[in-house]
Amino acid sequence: MSTAASARAADLRAGDPKSSAPASASAKKAGAVASWVDERTGIAKGASFMLKKVFPDHWSFMLGEVAMYSMIICLLTGVFLSLWFIPSAGQIPYEGSYLPLKGITMSEAYSSTLAISFDVRGGLLIRQIHHWAALMFVVSLSVHMFRVFFTGAFRKPREINWVIGTLLSMLALIEGFAGYSLPDDLLSGTGLRAAEGFIRSVPVIGSYVSYMMFGGAFPGEAIIPRLYAVHVLLLPAVLIGLFTAHIILVMVHKHTQYPGPGRTNENVVGFPLMPVYTAKAGGFFFLVFGLLSLVSALVTINPIWAYGPYDPSPVTAGSQPDWYMGFADGALRLLPGWLEFEIFGYTLSLNVFLGAVLLIPLMYTITGAYPFLERWITGDNREHHVLDRPRNVPTRTALGVAAITAYLVLMFAAGNDIIAIRLQMSINDITRAFQVLFFVAPILTFWVTRRICLSLQRHDRDKVLHGRESGTLVRTPEGQYYEVHEELNEYDRWKLVGFESPAPLALPSGKDANGVASKDAKKEIRRAKWSNFFFKSRVEPVTPAELATAHHHGEHEAIETPAGAGAQAIKQAKQD
Amino acid sequence: MSDPRLPATFENPGLPPHVHRAADTDPRAAKRAERQVAGLFTLSILSTIGFVVSYFAVKNDTEVFVPFIGATNLLNILLGVFLALALLGIGFGAVHWAKTLMPDEEVVEERHPIRSDDATRAKAVGLLEAGAESAQLNRRPLLKATAGTALGLFALPLGVQLAGSLGNPTKALEELKSTIWDVKDGKPIRLVRDVERTPIKAADVSIGAVFHVLPETIKDSHHVLEDKAKAAVLLMRLHPNDFAADDLGKKARSWGYEGIVAYSKICTHVGCPVGLYEQQTHHLLCPCHQSTFDVTRDCEVIFGPAKRPLPQLKITVDAEGYLVAPQGFAEPVGPSYWERKK
Repeated sequence: MSTAASARAADLRAGDPKSSAPASASAKKAGAVASWVDERTGIAKGASFMLKKVFPDHWSFMLGEVAMYSMIICLLTGVFLSLWFIPSAGQIPYEGSYLPLKGITMSEAYSSTLAISFDVRGGLLIRQIHHWAALMFVVSLSVHMFRVFFTGAFRKPREINWVIGTLLSMLALIEGFAGYSLPDDLLSGTGLRAAEGFIRSVPVIGSYVSYMMFGGAFPGEAIIPRLYAVHVLLLPAVLIGLFTAHIILVMVHKHTQYPGPGRTNENVVGFPLMPVYTAKAGGFFFLVFGLLSLVSALVTINPIWAYGPYDPSPVTAGSQPDWYMGFADGALRLLPGWLEFEIFGYTLSLNVFLGAVLLIPLMYTITGAYPFLERWITGDNREHHVLDRPRNVPTRTALGVAAITAYLVLMFAAGNDIIAIRLQMSINDITRAFQVLFFVAPILTFWVTRRICLSLQRHDRDKVLHGRESGTLVRTPEGQYYEVHEELNEYDRWKLVGFESPAPLALPSGKDANGVASKDAKKEIRRAKWSNFFFKSRVEPVTPAELATAHHHGEHEAIETPAGAGAQAIKQAKQD
Repeated sequence: MSDPRLPATFENPGLPPHVHRAADTDPRAAKRAERQVAGLFTLSILSTIGFVVSYFAVKNDTEVFVPFIGATNLLNILLGVFLALALLGIGFGAVHWAKTLMPDEEVVEERHPIRSDDATRAKAVGLLEAGAESAQLNRRPLLKATAGTALGLFALPLGVQLAGSLGNPTKALEELKSTIWDVKDGKPIRLVRDVERTPIKAADVSIGAVFHVLPETIKDSHHVLEDKAKAAVLLMRLHPNDFAADDLGKKARSWGYEGIVAYSKICTHVGCPVGLYEQQTHHLLCPCHQSTFDVTRDCEVIFGPAKRPLPQLKITVDAEGYLVAPQGFAEPVGPSYWERKK
């Protein structure tokens, strides 16, 4: 070896100094391991960036965590199940230990699911955790989406993450459907039977697509192994990929925070990853897992042994999908038969196609597009890192509630038979009522929600201007009574006044300075109309001047008379 | 009246003063918190041992009565509860530790605009342009065009393989039309009871009775589930006077035998078995989406999302008095599809 080369080799080692003497033997050992890893990965740079990352604290930020943990628990228990489950529609006589089904011909998929439930020690527990965690996954990600929507967390720069979340949510539904179809019991087989009908309703290509997916006539032996590949390989890979991108973007953007004293658009206030957030979030994983285990120990879910193997001929009353598919099933129950008709001798089944095929992509397209629509209306191109209190954006909140209402009407419609039996009512009346409610209820809840938001905002104004009721009654020498109001301190006050309330865009004249009709006039007018719809009903935050005026009026008089520009805003909102 | 020196809006007052917890100031409270956390971790340790012991000690089929739940599998309960306590012990312990003993003073981290500054953007654009330039992308349009086309097409073979091999759709239209009721050799096919597969004498079907029926040919079927999925039939006997007096009622009656009528059991909506027969009203109800069919009027839809009536199977009796179908269904059974009428 030449001297130059050995000098270079020495240089390469120059960066690997022996670390200074650690305190204890175990710390020495840990330090040595860490040093070994860092010399090969340089991980300390990333770690020091990550470990001091700050996460704001709020219960609603844990909803996404629940979704994440439920997904991890599904992956974990899913691996267990895959060791015993046989994804085959091959028909065999049942030889397991569940006596009522002894000797009955069934698919290997159903037989192996029975084996997991009765013959594998602890298998039932794992199966039930898997199913409960899947339900929890969809619940928590839905509620997490509600939180993000109602607080405006989807605004710039987080639109991409909203779209990723939307995709995750849609894929979770499909993943769930694929999963509960696998055991090939009577209930899930009936679900697949209906799914084949859905596919057939696709115009022009429906019957061919059905034959391709099922590998021939329904049910065939292809669908179970294919659904299995989709359920354990394809969709989990896509879900994990999207989820990773989702989390990376959260890191890049830094978490949003609720408005409060000291919290601004330029900072993030909370606890560092090490140690507080690690302990809390890590501990929370165990809490979610523990709760799911407890529920799985005590509450039976999807008792497939009670349904029997799939057979195209029998069916049970009260057939329902898992809850998250309920809205699509409800839509199928509500869509009237006259939506099926013939054109040029071809049959178009919109009564099936709209609810079973189009509804889910349509719903998620609207959801995914919402941030872009709102941005177009508001014209707001700034970054937003401080969340909105839902009441401070009444129209968005009302739109969200209206959408949830429409969804819930469809979901409850999927239980129209159960409702009819439990309440001893006519199923025909209930179905008709749901058909009407689907159109009427969202309008009603939109209006009511907007009114509630405005009232809450007015209440906030009132609290800022006149303080909170102290409960102390004072009698004046003249014999008058009044209640002493305590003024809010500046920190509490900031939570109620620290928001924007933009005015709607003025309706443009449609002409430029020379009186010539502008090219974009139509677009501008349309946008101003939408802006008016979005911002018309509003209450402005209290200004320091208004507060000073309220003080000037004196503590006890101020109770009756709101004053200043804010009062004008209130009047305005009342008229709307 | 208002003071012109006042700002137009309130200003953010900054973080409120920190309030210490009991454990921060009182060593006894801190010690108590430590004991609580250690207790929770100990619960977890004991529960893990409990899980392992019950896994080996409890029999798989032992039933136990639990209040509010009823008779249930003991092993499942024990494993689940111990697992839950082992996990919850860690979870509650860690969270309690964080809340009582770890620092509770909030930290402020600065945010920076997500957008890169102009210099960085210019640098990235410059690198891209220089790269494209050095690869001679713009100078050699032939390369650009062929590389673009090749990249655009390379996934095609995979797509063709997948779509081409999933399943053969060429028989779809033919198969969707046919059922194993279709008569091949001119010999009528007997109706047999579903499950028992015994033939049915007309005299055995009393008024108000319902039979779940398959064709006798099911015994020769190599694709039992697939054939059953199209051939399942529901057989009912009505009093001949119960049929409607209109054309539909007359047709239904004339395709039956002395008030015995047979209809496809596969719903014309999305294909669930229409399994619920209401004897008094002569209505058939699909349990999946509640489409309701009126048997007295040739199974016309009287409620629900289905559009078309259930297809009727023409029946009669053979020389021995058994019910037979002299021909298959006159139209495709089951859910609608684009070419249904073709």
